[in-house]
Amino acid sequence: MSDQSNDRIIDQTWGQRLSHSFDPYSIHEIRRAAATGLYRIRGYGAKRVLPTFDDLVFLGASISRYPLEGYREACDTSVTLGTRFAKKPIELKIPITIAGMSFGSLSANAKESLGRGATEVGTSTTTGDGGMTQEERGHSKTLVYQYLPSRYGMNPDDLRRADAIEVVVGQGAKPGGGGMLLGQKITERVAKMRTLPQGIDQRSACRHPDWTGPDDLAIKIQELREITAWEKPIYIKIGAARPYYDTLLAVKAGADVVVVDGMQGATAATQECFIEHVGIPTLAAVKEAVRALKGIDMHRRVQLIVSGGIRSGADVAKALAMGADAVAIGTAALVALGDQDPALEAEYEKLGTRAGAYEDWQAGDDPAGITTQRPELMARLDPEKAGRRLANYLRVLTLELQTLARANGKSHVHNLEPADLRALTIEAAAMAGVPLAGTDWVPGQGGF
Amino acid sequence: MATPSTATPENIVSLDLADQSLREVNGALQEARAGYYRVRNPRGVHALACGLDGPIEVEIDGHAGYYLAGMNKEARVTVQGSAGVGVAENMMSGEVWVQGDASQSAGATAHGGLLVVEGNASARCGISLKGADIVVKGSVGHMSCFMAQAGRLVVLGDAGDSLGDSLYEARLYVRGNVKSLGADCVEKPMRDEHLKELDELLARARCEGVSASEFRRYGSARSLYNFKTDNIGFY
Repeated sequence: MSDQSNDRIIDQTWGQRLSHSFDPYSIHEIRRAAATGLYRIRGYGAKRVLPTFDDLVFLGASISRYPLEGYREACDTSVTLGTRFAKKPIELKIPITIAGMSFGSLSANAKESLGRGATEVGTSTTTGDGGMTQEERGHSKTLVYQYLPSRYGMNPDDLRRADAIEVVVGQGAKPGGGGMLLGQKITERVAKMRTLPQGIDQRSACRHPDWTGPDDLAIKIQELREITAWEKPIYIKIGAARPYYDTLLAVKAGADVVVVDGMQGATAATQECFIEHVGIPTLAAVKEAVRALKGIDMHRRVQLIVSGGIRSGADVAKALAMGADAVAIGTAALVALGDQDPALEAEYEKLGTRAGAYEDWQAGDDPAGITTQRPELMARLDPEKAGRRLANYLRVLTLELQTLARANGKSHVHNLEPADLRALTIEAAAMAGVPLAGTDWVPGQGGF
Repeated sequence: MATPSTATPENIVSLDLADQSLREVNGALQEARAGYYRVRNPRGVHALACGLDGPIEVEIDGHAGYYLAGMNKEARVTVQGSAGVGVAENMMSGEVWVQGDASQSAGATAHGGLLVVEGNASARCGISLKGADIVVKGSVGHMSCFMAQAGRLVVLGDAGDSLGDSLYEARLYVRGNVKSLGADCVEKPMRDEHLKELDELLARARCEGVSASEFRRYGSARSLYNFKTDNIGFY
């Protein structure tokens, strides 16, 4: 959606205007490409305007629906993941998990902070495209081990000491793209964990090396279960490309849990065109994944985790009302640790950016010590303090979630339902499959 | 590591997939830390003998399906037939011997140990190899050692298209023809240290009558290690 200010008349004689098509950003990008011959690689998620959970509201209680007392009547937030096949499902106290982020893209201190914060409130963290570190395993009571196309650092011992396994097919920032870690972040330790030369630009594979398609994936999952004695829940993570079909196929392949990551999901590094132009918004992806699960009577039997742009307890509540069992947060967790801190404004300015816009997560210069491998920057992040900040933030999300659930009369957050929601825009009504506020109309489903 | 010669009919533990479930067979093998095991009636079952964790000997009495001996540690697994996709995938150590042919992605991402294929291996043999050694006595298919990071691939026969595409530090030795080399893979001179390591590998894989001097060596030109827009033709 274009900035309407481009219509502004900039001279009074001829009424010259800026172009909508060739807006200042487009012109900047053309000029930069012409000058450097390089496409833009950056971190963070989609920055463009998209339909989001903000376009939905809860109805709240009324004469026909009575609310629960805040602070007095209990509102349960616990969730069990992996009830379908795993002998040891995961029990979490809150339905908000930490998404997969690699050691390499993040500093060891950042990984430890995530583990500390998540463990304090009874939820899980997830490894990433760089293997499992002791910092993370040691400080995470519940740790999900990602099984990625690159298989960097993959080994059966870590597989067995994980609490769950997440087979990564794709991620929201770049469905169809592999991991990327530029040379400046490939330190000796990162290189060793990934069996790569130090300092090279590492571009991970985008497809798994030993399976293709859903039938192979079913066999791969069988192998992972055999290696771990059928104990660990197996998640399948997909980028929001075709979430309806991918969810069906993930269930068919034997997933205990499906993770759907919408296009607002961030990455440490990929092409800007990938981040902004591939995949569908989280709002649309949740509806499609839930529709798939309900269509085969697997909703709640295979758990659904939704991620991509979750910021507040309201986002969590809306995702759950649409049918998710839990959510995962990545960017929000990094902000809680200290990313985008206005107190670092002077340093952001030196990097040519500002707090809130900082996106060069690939560059390894993060003044907050999070997306870096430089020891002097990493040392700025105190894992105990940062972990506490994350725990605080997760508690607030949980309290907000409970507030909204109680307002809708729910004694468990999983009792939130689509009927509690209305959409503020036609786009959101169509994507989320809930009626436009003030009507019974769901675009494509009638009721107008 | 135990060797087959130590086994006598009295101390062979027999497992039979006609009577036992895959979970029972794998469970017995995964818990074992010593001994010689024979698995009868494999019938091409998938994920057989995966996740082994000790210096045991396993003989598979027939053909195996996908991911035979996946993530193997220390065990020596011999299949008296052919193996499906991803045999010895992500092997950490030990040995896997395929008496017949191997399907695609043989030895994918393997970190250590030795995989020997007496017959041919299909496409993507040694894909993303991370330190293991693979010896194929027949030929390998296209895209073998794609993005291979470390370890060695030895091919006594021919290699298909795009050998070693986007190769990192793995070393490839081919005795026969290479149909084509992948992006950034080049032929390199055979120096003394290469002849020596190849002779050792040939001996370990029991390639009698084959000399290291018959092979050519291929490796990474390392020109794609850091992104350069001038390399656009490769991307």
